[in-house]
Amino acid sequence: MRLAVVITGFLAACLTAASAAPEESPSPLLEALDLQVNGFVDTRAGLRTQNDPAEHDDSLGELRLQLDVQRYFDKFTAEVRADFLYDWTGHNSHVDLERGEGWFDLREAHLLFSPQPWMDVKAGRQILTWGTGDLLFINDLFPKDWASFFIGRDEAYLKAPSDAVLVSLFPTWANIDLVYTPRFDPDRFITGERISFWNPATGNISGRDDVLQTDVPNDLFSDHEVAGRLSRNVNGYELAAYGYYGFWKSPAGMDPDTGDATFPALSVYGASARGQAAGGIANIEAGYYDSRDDHSGDDPTVRNSEARILVGYQRELARNLNATVQYYLEHMMDHDDYEHALPEGQHAADEDRHVFTLRLTQLLLGQNLVLSFFTFYSPSDQDAYIRPVATYKVSDDWMVTAGGNFFMGENDDTFFGQFDQNNNLYAGARYSF
Amino acid sequence: MTVMTALILCAVLIAPDARAEELTADEIIARANQAAYYAGNDGRADVKMTIHTPPRNTRVREFTILRLNTEGGNQKFYVYFTQPADVRKMAYLVWKNVGPGQEDDRWMSLPALNLVRRIAPGDKRTSFVGSDFFYEDVSGRNLEADTHELVETTDTEYVIKNTPKDPATVEFAHYRVAIDKETFIPRKAEYFDKQGEVYREVEATRVETIAGHPTVMEAVVRDLKTRGHTVNEFSNVEYDLGLKETIFSERFLRRPPREVTQ
Repeated sequence: MRLAVVITGFLAACLTAASAAPEESPSPLLEALDLQVNGFVDTRAGLRTQNDPAEHDDSLGELRLQLDVQRYFDKFTAEVRADFLYDWTGHNSHVDLERGEGWFDLREAHLLFSPQPWMDVKAGRQILTWGTGDLLFINDLFPKDWASFFIGRDEAYLKAPSDAVLVSLFPTWANIDLVYTPRFDPDRFITGERISFWNPATGNISGRDDVLQTDVPNDLFSDHEVAGRLSRNVNGYELAAYGYYGFWKSPAGMDPDTGDATFPALSVYGASARGQAAGGIANIEAGYYDSRDDHSGDDPTVRNSEARILVGYQRELARNLNATVQYYLEHMMDHDDYEHALPEGQHAADEDRHVFTLRLTQLLLGQNLVLSFFTFYSPSDQDAYIRPVATYKVSDDWMVTAGGNFFMGENDDTFFGQFDQNNNLYAGARYSF
Repeated sequence: MTVMTALILCAVLIAPDARAEELTADEIIARANQAAYYAGNDGRADVKMTIHTPPRNTRVREFTILRLNTEGGNQKFYVYFTQPADVRKMAYLVWKNVGPGQEDDRWMSLPALNLVRRIAPGDKRTSFVGSDFFYEDVSGRNLEADTHELVETTDTEYVIKNTPKDPATVEFAHYRVAIDKETFIPRKAEYFDKQGEVYREVEATRVETIAGHPTVMEAVVRDLKTRGHTVNEFSNVEYDLGLKETIFSERFLRRPPREVTQ
């Protein structure tokens, strides 16, 4: 069945590719329907560089067809972007559009329209992003997919879709964005299925035979999320204020009765600024994470409130060589109460988590070869994550890529240290049409 | 006072009609800059860029450019890519700031992530999207960056020699531009290295008049060292569409305007 779908998808891709070739006119069928069809076929494979008893040796092995179908109507635009997937590593499971598992994943399916000249509405499944960090997120509380990111899928897969309505208003004095998500869209959080991780409930590393049991709030219209942004560009300086009402996006608590990981109530208030400084671009962003189920910070089963801040700076070091540095801080608000309430023998997290990041990007061979190096380093957690990627555009249609994900840490229970059995190398190729 | 004002106004009004022979090198370059980069209040063009890399490699980029002249010689550009497939729907926004010491503001949209990325100010003599054109060839070089000298006047062209004030920031020792006497469109630029050899040429190979504006419809840049060359073909050129400044904003980076998607 799955294979049949993949083959059908491939035939469709080949047909569309042939019809979309620039020298030829679009196929009569697509023209009659006035559809724009684009996409890619992407295959990639990855291997763990060490044995992990909790996981397969193959970290990645998949063939993916993405079809992006768009149609412009007089009053609105409709778009559907869907992935058809064949996985040969034994990670196949039933289709789960929330988790992005199985042979089909719906990335986008929405209508975009402007009921007023100063208003845009995008309703349906969509990818949402805002904030100023580079792979660090404070006020962007839209779903992430860290497992995809860690196993070597394209960076675009770090963002998971939301099923939401985005209303954007553009009065002359500011931009206002409001997002209503009627049912909580958590991160495609790490469960142990592909990436082994530190499970605080068991106090051990968990993997595919011991996946995380969770209790996700999922009542339509009551377990909902609201996010807002007020932004303004003042002579090239981008200023924004943010608000969020919903839940921690990844597990941040535990049900003491069942042991299930939970997603406690969360509100976030924050602000950011970005603009030119000292020959480069500087950004600053801060947010207050109000863990509403544990205001006093003394409930060991609910994550404490936090203040988070990041500052970043990027500039061109030489022709075709860019660098970005960031400093990021997570400060626990009620660390004393947290330590007091912690069960005997459990290792306490630090009050402050400091993280530095560095990104270097070099373009070579007529900008067709991109060498990128990204590293996270936390002096407080004593852990790090290094992410080199090389991408070469063989032609306008073909691209090949190779990269790695390397985690290191002193302890098993820190953010990156917990993944240190998941180091991997991967390679892939993509045909775009 | 009134007489003074009238005299100044007259001088200003007459200046553009001054006899060509009397123009200084600075004036010629200023008018060429105006003709090449500022025609109309706004404009649009479809661009097909073909990059030829020896021995036989060819890559094609297609995009639509919207341009709006704003205050004080500043401009805003919106570039929307349609080819190749991997960059389709990507948009690129530039606020060109010409004031002394000012850098351009630049943003890029990555539609698959719905992300608007800020781009750090860069060396303007870096390849534009992998072609032989430099960023500066596309958006215009600051007139204050060079000293200008009229070295030759033919029946049809002025030839201006441009010497950089800060040679460390550029790869050329000087460059010569031949400018059409009628239209002030730069027809050919030759870049010389320190040995006095031409190593790079930019040429307007086809010029047409559109809505009263002489317009470059085809341009070629040749790198004489690598033997690579890039051809830009312009089509669907229009001026004074009445583009709104709001198009050149984050809203339309995330959601391309009808002006580019039609």
